[in-house]
Amino acid sequence: MLCALSWNSVLAQKTTITVAAFPAVDEIVKASLQEWQKKNPNVEVKVVGREYADHHTAMTTALATATGLPDVMTIEYGYLGRFAQSGGLEDLDKSPYKLSQYATKMVPYAMAQGRSASHGQVAIPTDIGPGAMFYRNDVLAKAKVKESDLTQSWDSFIESGLKIKQATGAHLVAHARDVKDIVIRTGIPEGEGVYFDAQGKSVIETSPRFKRAFEVAQKIRVQGLDGKINAWSNEWGEALKRGTVTVQMMGAWLGGHLQNWLAPNTSGLWRSTALPERIATSWGGTFYAIPKKAVNKDLAWSLVQHLTLNSRQQQMAFEKFNAFPALIEAQNGDFFNQPVSFLGGQKARLEWKQTASQIKPTMVFKNDSVAEEIVNAELDLVLNKNKPIDQALKDAHRLVQRRASR
Amino acid sequence: MKPMLKPALAPYVLISPFLLLFLVFGLFPIVFSFVLMFHMWDPVQGLASMEYVGLENITFAIEDPLVWTSLGNTLWMALASGMPQHLVAIPLAYLINEKMGRWRNAAMGAYFLPYITSTVAIAIMFSTLFSTDYGMVNAALAEMAKWPLLTAVLPAENIDWLGSPEAIKPVVSAVVFWRYLGFNVILYVAAMQSIPRDLYEAARMDGAKSWQQFFFITLPQLKPIMFFGVTLTVIGGLQLFEEPFILTGGKGGPEYAGMTTAMYMYRTAFDFNDFGLASAISWMLFVIILLMTVITNKAFKSKEGQA
Repeated sequence: MLCALSWNSVLAQKTTITVAAFPAVDEIVKASLQEWQKKNPNVEVKVVGREYADHHTAMTTALATATGLPDVMTIEYGYLGRFAQSGGLEDLDKSPYKLSQYATKMVPYAMAQGRSASHGQVAIPTDIGPGAMFYRNDVLAKAKVKESDLTQSWDSFIESGLKIKQATGAHLVAHARDVKDIVIRTGIPEGEGVYFDAQGKSVIETSPRFKRAFEVAQKIRVQGLDGKINAWSNEWGEALKRGTVTVQMMGAWLGGHLQNWLAPNTSGLWRSTALPERIATSWGGTFYAIPKKAVNKDLAWSLVQHLTLNSRQQQMAFEKFNAFPALIEAQNGDFFNQPVSFLGGQKARLEWKQTASQIKPTMVFKNDSVAEEIVNAELDLVLNKNKPIDQALKDAHRLVQRRASR
Repeated sequence: MKPMLKPALAPYVLISPFLLLFLVFGLFPIVFSFVLMFHMWDPVQGLASMEYVGLENITFAIEDPLVWTSLGNTLWMALASGMPQHLVAIPLAYLINEKMGRWRNAAMGAYFLPYITSTVAIAIMFSTLFSTDYGMVNAALAEMAKWPLLTAVLPAENIDWLGSPEAIKPVVSAVVFWRYLGFNVILYVAAMQSIPRDLYEAARMDGAKSWQQFFFITLPQLKPIMFFGVTLTVIGGLQLFEEPFILTGGKGGPEYAGMTTAMYMYRTAFDFNDFGLASAISWMLFVIILLMTVITNKAFKSKEGQA
């Protein structure tokens, strides 16, 4: 019997589950392990961290060949549309997971993003990116522009940009495309995606969102209000450091990046506010999924629950890694009420929380990334070559539809 | 002592490591991509989701405006980066071979360095050099624009090297030229060293000057290696991927001006999850490369015939 016991413990010790993740989710998982392993002392967790694009390529290959699949797969929002429709991920609403019983605990739009029409709840959100407008308070003060001028309407936003340019020479935004990206996400009817309707047909030509987005972006370019700078480029980093770009609209997580490495020298100069016209939209977000071919699904689910439904873990991830909690309960901690010194003592987290609660769910589609690409190229033509907007949208629609109907 | 392997078996066993690696990493991908060309396949749905669609991928690729844009870009950049590689490498190699004396190896090493430098380092270096507002290239241009004669020629504003559709192709071509010049220099220096010295001696005795020796001895003698070098450049140029990929952040740049066919193929597969179409594009590219190589071959052959 002793022999059997020791054999059992050897077997138990050997259980290893794998989590595949990209930065900084891999760090978050590692930091959360200690507590989970107290309850699961015989389980070893192997965290395989890869760079963002490499991770998703590796997961694509793993799903394609059904080999090398992790027990827990991390998926970024940008890849969710493609992965959700793969059919290779567990429907977490079904037994034994029964995620639906916890559904109300999570931010609704993020839960909806993890759902696929044909395969159910294939992913559970862990962090979200409520959209925010970060602006240089010092530049606004110099140009005598108020925060409300930026948020009131796109017209007043552009007017403020002109004032800022006159008074300080700084650009309003990094790239006119950034503005387009927000306007096309304004007022998406329920059940539709950004580019496609519920039937998967392109709405680029017919939806007024796109026409308006292109018009606002064009106005910004014509008035010389954008720096023609792509996000995450060297120029962008320098512009944020030097204050030559006044406003940056992005997920609330940008605050952490600004503070930690993008522009640490600008502490106290930035503020965060709602997007123009107080649009509530989101930038990215991270999800966990369990592949159907995973070996240790029970343990994987236990770990995923620990990472997503445990308030303490969610708060830890926010405090240490700027991962905004998808768990509503975790948005009530003390940390949310604390002033953010980098943002001049603003209680910005409360505002982000409010934005998160207002975001409407949008559907994700397999061809979203192609559509985004095509729309961006047509916008380039409008901005650089004065291509008529109607023609650009018509061409974009035709190209997207061509892909989507395959 | 008895041999461990039977003599009849030995060759097969000894060649098997290569053969296995070739089968797995060489032949299999080629065959698989050929099969894929006739299938619709979204990889995340697993192998079982492959669906036979006949020639649909090929017709889609032929009618895809982006394929043609990318092909145009590829040809542009292959020509703009490839031609100067040889036009500069040959005289440079001659200079290094004839005039550098004991510094010859050092000079060759210096020119070869970019070829073996990591792509990431190159990416960081060139995106910093070509930065619009803070880059050295624009800083130098701005400084030069102050000189009296150059004021009229040089632009008054900073050039958006990596962000404007007009500038991205020349920038990528310049980087490719910089990267592969050294490789060609080495090729030509090696070829020049194999030209018999007595040809030069005889020419000198007949009173041939240095430039005459270059044009009438060196150049004709280099023809076989020129054919080799140009063929490599044609193939490499048409498969251009790394440099435009890193300089445009993997997206192809504004208005797709920096997107090569190889990049579009990669993006179709890994960004748009359409492996069937990507395979069709890759085979299209293969046919074009084959054609161009044949044309290069013909061009060199006919000249040889004339000579």
